[in-house]
Formats: sequence, C-alpha cells, structure tokens
Amino acid sequence: MEKYTFKDFKSDQEVRWCPGCGDHAVLAALQRAMPRVSEILGYDKERYVVVSGIGCSSRLPYYMDTYGFHSIHGRATAISTGIKVANPELSVWQACGDGDALAIGGNHFIHAIRRNIDINIILFNNRIYGLTKGQYSPTSKFGAITKTSPYGTVEHPFNPGSLVLGAKGTFFARGLDTELKLNEEIMVAAAVHNGTSVMEMLTNCVIFNNGTHAEISDKAWRADRTIVLRHGEKMIFGKDRDKGLVLDGLRLKVVTIGEKGITEDDILTHDAHSDNIGIHMMLADMKYPEYPVALGVIRDVPDITYDAAVRMQVEQVSAKSKIHCVDDLLRSGSTWEVR
Amino acid sequence: MQHKVIDTKDVVIRFAGDSGDGMQLTGSLFADMSAIYGNELSTFPDYPAEIRAPHGTLSGVSGFQVHIGSEHITTPGDLCDLLVAMNPAALKTNAKWLKRTAMVLVDGDTFDEEGLKKAGFRDDPIAEMHIEDRTVIVAPITTLTEESLKDSGLDVKSVHKCKNMFTLGMACFIYSRPLEYIYQYLERKFGKKHPEMVAPNKKVLTDGYNYAANIQAIPNTYTVEPAHLPKGLYRNMTGNQATAWGFLAASEKSGRPLFCGSYPITPATAILEELAIHKSLGVKTLQAEDEIAGICTAIGAAYAGDLAVTTTSGPGLSLKSEALGLAVMTELPIVIVDVQRAGPSTGIPTKTEQSDLNQVLYGRNGECPIAVVAAHSPAHCFDTAFYASKLALEHMMPVIMLSEGFLGNGSEPWRIPSMKDYPEIRPPFAGEEDIPFKPFRRDPHTMVRKWGLPGQKGYEHRVGGLEKNHDGVLSSDPANHEMMVRERAEKVARLADVIPPLEVIGNGSGRLLVVGWGGTYGHLYTAVMQARAEGKDVGYAHFDYINPLPKNTAEVFGRYERILVCELNCGQFAGYLRTVLPQFTYQQYNKVQGQPFLVQEISDAIDSAL
Repeated sequence: MEKYTFKDFKSDQEVRWCPGCGDHAVLAALQRAMPRVSEILGYDKERYVVVSGIGCSSRLPYYMDTYGFHSIHGRATAISTGIKVANPELSVWQACGDGDALAIGGNHFIHAIRRNIDINIILFNNRIYGLTKGQYSPTSKFGAITKTSPYGTVEHPFNPGSLVLGAKGTFFARGLDTELKLNEEIMVAAAVHNGTSVMEMLTNCVIFNNGTHAEISDKAWRADRTIVLRHGEKMIFGKDRDKGLVLDGLRLKVVTIGEKGITEDDILTHDAHSDNIGIHMMLADMKYPEYPVALGVIRDVPDITYDAAVRMQVEQVSAKSKIHCVDDLLRSGSTWEVR
Repeated sequence: MQHKVIDTKDVVIRFAGDSGDGMQLTGSLFADMSAIYGNELSTFPDYPAEIRAPHGTLSGVSGFQVHIGSEHITTPGDLCDLLVAMNPAALKTNAKWLKRTAMVLVDGDTFDEEGLKKAGFRDDPIAEMHIEDRTVIVAPITTLTEESLKDSGLDVKSVHKCKNMFTLGMACFIYSRPLEYIYQYLERKFGKKHPEMVAPNKKVLTDGYNYAANIQAIPNTYTVEPAHLPKGLYRNMTGNQATAWGFLAASEKSGRPLFCGSYPITPATAILEELAIHKSLGVKTLQAEDEIAGICTAIGAAYAGDLAVTTTSGPGLSLKSEALGLAVMTELPIVIVDVQRAGPSTGIPTKTEQSDLNQVLYGRNGECPIAVVAAHSPAHCFDTAFYASKLALEHMMPVIMLSEGFLGNGSEPWRIPSMKDYPEIRPPFAGEEDIPFKPFRRDPHTMVRKWGLPGQKGYEHRVGGLEKNHDGVLSSDPANHEMMVRERAEKVARLADVIPPLEVIGNGSGRLLVVGWGGTYGHLYTAVMQARAEGKDVGYAHFDYINPLPKNTAEVFGRYERILVCELNCGQFAGYLRTVLPQFTYQQYNKVQGQPFLVQEISDAIDSAL
C-alpha cells in the first residue's frame, strides 16, 4: 500500500466556498484524516468514495481527488447506501448539510442509522440554508430571524445528536470548524467504527448566519463553554481544567473541582463504548449556558452492520440452496414436459 | 337427464367470491392443473384493493378468470362459460361476464336474506340479473362442506376455509380434470407445517367432484384436449415473476451482481418479493424507506458497478422523477420497472391501465429523454427485463420497462429457455487506454461513455447532477450545455440502431393497420386474426420498443391507408406518434376502466375503422 499525504486527496478543482466559511476547515481535516485512515486500515486511495447531496457543503466531493458523487437534494444517504451495499470494500464518506440531511433528506438519514450501514456521514451544521441565500433550517434556533422568518421562526430545532441516538445510532461525534486536530481525530475514529458514523460539524456561515456558534466557539471562552470528550478520560473542561461533570440524581451537573469538597475522583469518566444510550443522550443534549457543549466522540458502540448482514445472508442462502445459476432456477419448482 | 361429454376448443371459467374465500388460489390451481394437462391458457386475477372487505359486500368481491384451450390462447377471454359465485355479491358483480350459453354455480347457503340484502338484491337474484335462461346450479356448498368434514375435528372456521376445494372439485368434474395434481399440491402446501389439513382438503375436493357427478343437475360436461405446444419443458409464469427472473438472467450474462432497491407498491411488489428469495444467485434486495430511496440506492449501486434496478407503479414513479433525471445526467445504467395501474393519484391500485406512458416519456425537469420498452405478455416480461438491462448496461443509461397490473399478476405457460440462447451483455468498462479517466468522453457511433468502477486505481472521477463537460468538469458554458443535452438525447435515439425492427402480423400493406403496445397484445392479436379470418384487410403492428421507435416504423405506417391506435388510456401513444411521426393520421380506440380490452370491443373498433 502507498503512503499518502493530504496533497494526494486534493483535487485540481478550485475551492469555491466563501472566504471565511467553516467548510474550508472541515475539508482540510478530511484531507488530513484520509492518509491516516489509509495507514490504519490499509486502504488504497481508490477505495474512497465521497458522496454528497445539495447545498454549500455538498460541493465537497469536487475538491477531493477520490471517486465522488454529487447527487440531489437530501438523497446522499440513499446513494451512499446503494454504493456500500453494492461494494462493501469501498470506504464511503458523505458530506451533507443541516437542511439536506435533516429536512428534505431526514427520512434517509434516520433509516441509514437504523440499518447501521457502514458509511461515514459528515453533517455540516451551520443552522441555515446557505446556497439558497439565507432561509431557516431544521437546526435554526427558535425565534431565528431569517429571510423566510422575518419575525422569527416559530419552530423548534432538531438537535442532530438526539436524532442520531434516538434512531439507536452506533456512532455520534461533534466537531467545531475551528478545531482542525479534533475534527481529524473524529474522522479517523469514524472510519475505524463499523456502522453508520455521524459526525456533526458545527460550521460558521459568514454570509447568512455569521457567529451562529460564536457563543461557544469564540477563542476567548471556547474552553469554558465546550467539553472535549475522549473515551476513558475524565469529563473535565475549562480554561483552568477545573470544571467537570457529575451525575446529580438523573441529571448531569457541572461542578468545580476543589469547591465543596469535589475532587477529580468525583468527576465522571467518559465511556463512549457503553451500551447505555441514556448517558450519551444527556451528553449530546448539553446546551450552553447550563452546560458546556460536548465535542469529540460521544458514542461509539459495536453492532452488526447492514452491508455485512446482507453479504452474510447471501453467503448463507447460497451455501444451502440448490439453485446456483439461472438455468437451475428456470428448471426449479413446478414444471412439465411437452413431448 | 341425458348427460353428454362435449369436446370443446376452449372454455373460460370465472371464480368469484369474498376476498377471504380463496378464489385466487382456486383459480390458480385450476390454471396450473390445466397447464400440466397440456392446455394453453391465460389468467386474469381481478381483485379488490381491500385485503378483507366487509363480508358479503360488493366491494369485497375477488375474481379470477382463466381461459384454457386446445389451440392458441392469447387472452383470458371476454365472457365466461362457467361462473362460480360463492355469494350473492359475487353473482351481482360478475353476471355481466356470462356468455348466453354459460353455466352458473352458486353456493345456495349464502343466498339467504342477509346475503341478498348485502348484495342489494330484493328476493330473486336470478331474475334481477336477467339470467333465467342460463343453467344455474344452486348447490348448498357450505352445508355440504360442513357435512363432508363433520368427523374431521376441525373448527368451523377451518371447515369453511375448505369451501373453495368443494367448488374446485365440482369444476373439475364439469371440465373432466383429473384431481391428482391438486392432491399433490395439497401435500406440498400442507405436508410439512399442517399435515392435519391435507386429508380434509382432499376429502372436500373429492366430495365436491362426486357431488357434481351425482346430482344430475349438470347437463353436460366438457373436455378440452391438450394443445399442440412445441416440445420442451414448460412452467407457468406470472409477469412479475418473469420480470424478476429476467433481471437475474441479465445479471448472469453481464457478470454484474444484481441490486434491487424498491418500496412495496401494488401491483409491483411481487418483483421485489421474488428477487428477495433468490439470494443464492447473489442478488441484493433492499426494501427502501421510500420510493426515492429505492431509485437512489439503485443509482448508488450502479455507480459502484452493479446491475441496479428499482420496481414500482405509477405513483411511485412520480416520486422517482427527480432521481430519474440524475440517472440521465450521470449516465448510469439502471432499469426502472413501472407496473402500471389505474391512476391518477392512488387511482384503483389493483386494476390495470396503460396511462403512465406520458409520465415515462416526459415526466422530468429539463431535456431528459429516457429509453422506454414495454412487455406484451406475462412471459414476455422475462425477455423485456433481460433486454432492458442489456440496453442499460451496454449504453450506460437508465431504461424504463413498462409492465401492467394485467401482465404482472396474469400468468401463462412458458417454454423454458436455455441461457445459452441468450446473448452476452458487455458493459463498456474503462480500460488502461482511458487513463487519465475523463468520464463523459463518448464513443462517436453510439455516444456511449465508459464505466469506471470505484475501487479500481486510476479512474477516480466525480459524477453528479450538475452539468459537466466531456472531461467531467463542472461547466455552465452555454454551448457546452446545449451540446451535452443533444448528445444525451442522441445516445437514446441511436438505440434504434440496435433494437429489432417493427414486424407486421397479417397483411403487410392495405386498408387498416391496428397499432398497440404493452399488455393489450393478446386481445389485439385475437381480434385482428378473427377479422382476417373473416376476410377483412387488416394488419397488426405491436410496439415492444417505445422510445426510440423501431427504425422502420414510418416505412410500415406508410403502407396502410388507415392507422388505428388501441390503448388503455385516453390516447397517449397516439399523441406520441403524432409528435414523432406527424405525417400520418391516427385514429384511436381507447378504454380507461381499469380493465383489459375485450376482443369484441376491438373487433367492433376494427369494423368501424375499415
């Protein structure tokens, strides 16, 4: 197998996102993650297929020097599913937006997760329709003022993490456009995971929704308002690494280490591999200002994948069946001879 | 009474009853038994959308018509020689299908006050239906079945489920059918899981047969000799089964694994069900979350290198429209099956029609022509699916295969072919010479692009719904767009170079050419042959290829004074012909009742067109 660098995954196409768009950083993380994935899993470059739907982020396949499919609005997940079932050897990656995956493509999204097909979905969440120039999306905050909600939306947003875990997803992670290293780490973990891996990337749209994630992403307070979860590590955060999460009855609670007798030992340890979906749901649901917003791999549990199950069934049925070619089939069952 | 055994060329039998009475099974068994006996035959299941409509009501009547003969049979028959009516509602809805000479067999036990009321009869159903001149046999079938099974230990519900076997036994006596085949069937069906049901069913069947022989109410019995079919191994095929098997055959001949992404929809679902059985041939079936996912998973599978199909009916095809455009734009090989039903919207889901033609020809955004082929009989669905796949795979394009409820559910005996008689399918895979791979460079003769498969080194490329140039690079250049639009259309048009020419049945030129397409073949063929036997100057051309039309179409049309286009819609093919070949005048004969043509209707249309 060849050894790759990020340059091997850059296509010759000019990247046409707006300057300052959060998508640039996610693309860079993916181009850096793929050589690492190749190293770990032994994938040649021709095994990668990048699929997308419609929207700003869905331009991504053109910028990757891999096999790529820029499909139609909302349908990327169905196209990815077909590709993976047809050839499970392929490493299928998908770029889609919050409108693309959760509004028009919501049905395919939840059913892919339910089936646990082994694809890697990067969900760019900028809480706005960018390519159509600024309408509210299924993740826009209640009351958001946009071109189609001049007096504020009267709709509640989806939290993608709750949706994924509600569909019994086996992998959910959250990244932030400015966290290049973390995003790369998440992507590698997603590739290693067998099953549907959903990576929510909080991205900024400089033109139509500038600063939508600023209350947590701004460098001045990012460390205090987000928590990076890593399996086996304590749930500690804050500029001074003095805050942590504990369970208070059936709820999570933010505590300060050193206050009220709290020590590091009292802080929860993140178990991404636990089959207890409840704690993962609580972590995915944490919102500022009550909680820090969780980043990193929140859930990563093993389960049978759809593509593997399909393949296994074909093998099992073939082993038992007497029908191995169409001539066998044509002559099977009830027939009669005319002499 | 003097009992005669009459030898006849053909008979039509219609089994009708409540949708829970097992009429579809009874009809199929009669058909299968007759096929094995050596008759030619055609079947027509005519059932309601309700799985179990309220008992005894008109809306719950399920029918199955079977036409058997010692000569060539091409239709399920217009009118029937025997109507089996398991209740008053079945008599009411089906009496209109009786020949003047027909026999009617009814279960007298169901003709009580309540039964008559539910069917809307006052007191004398025979008089109210004006069928006093037919031979009506009133047999207490329910009571006789109960009597037959009184020592069986079965509960009342199970006993009543055997009524159809009593009826079938009576029909077997009337048409001199041996019971052995049905015995064997019952053993196969119940032998393993419900061995206790084998003996009771056999007993009721035999008792029905003997009852018919003993009552002396049946004036004549009939024999229908085996037909002189070409030698060979035969089986009975429904159109949906044949469609599924045609795809399996294409998969084998192309070496491409078969993928089917479909959403359940009447009357197409049986294709997905059939494919799901045959995993031993490597087929991957995905029951999608919706119609759109059905076609999109197929498009994904095609991109990855499979022979990919999706199966649906009219409303489902509407949902797939945008993705059809994507398949055209990305130039990927998929086959879309539309088993048409009565529309628009939900329409009459279980009834047949040919009214999706405009949708398949025109129902997409942009300049988006798609190749369209149509099956003309249940068994012909096998070849249609095979050759639709061949066109798709060798020409890198979506192909729509039109079937109809009438074909999908109908069945006919089929002489089993050998796969060695079918051609190889050779997709245009990209080779070493195509590196660096430019996905939309075309063969100058066929306009076909090459297929570069993910997983293979050196062919990395991007496809998608946006307009591109030959190199696969996005382009909104005006001249490039027009060139690509015209090239995609030209690729479809040039299929005319590889599809078979239009053939004429009957007179090669003359007064009138009857034109049809799809599942009306049997009726049109029979009507034209009858007209010719009566000395009328008629020819018949049937289109299996709709877009493009066979190359010689204009030349054939030019040899006739008049052209009569017959179809089960308001004139969609006629309208298409007017667009494509405007130099001719087209007369129309149309019917949109959710029912197939009657031969008589076509005969009348021929007479008035001559």
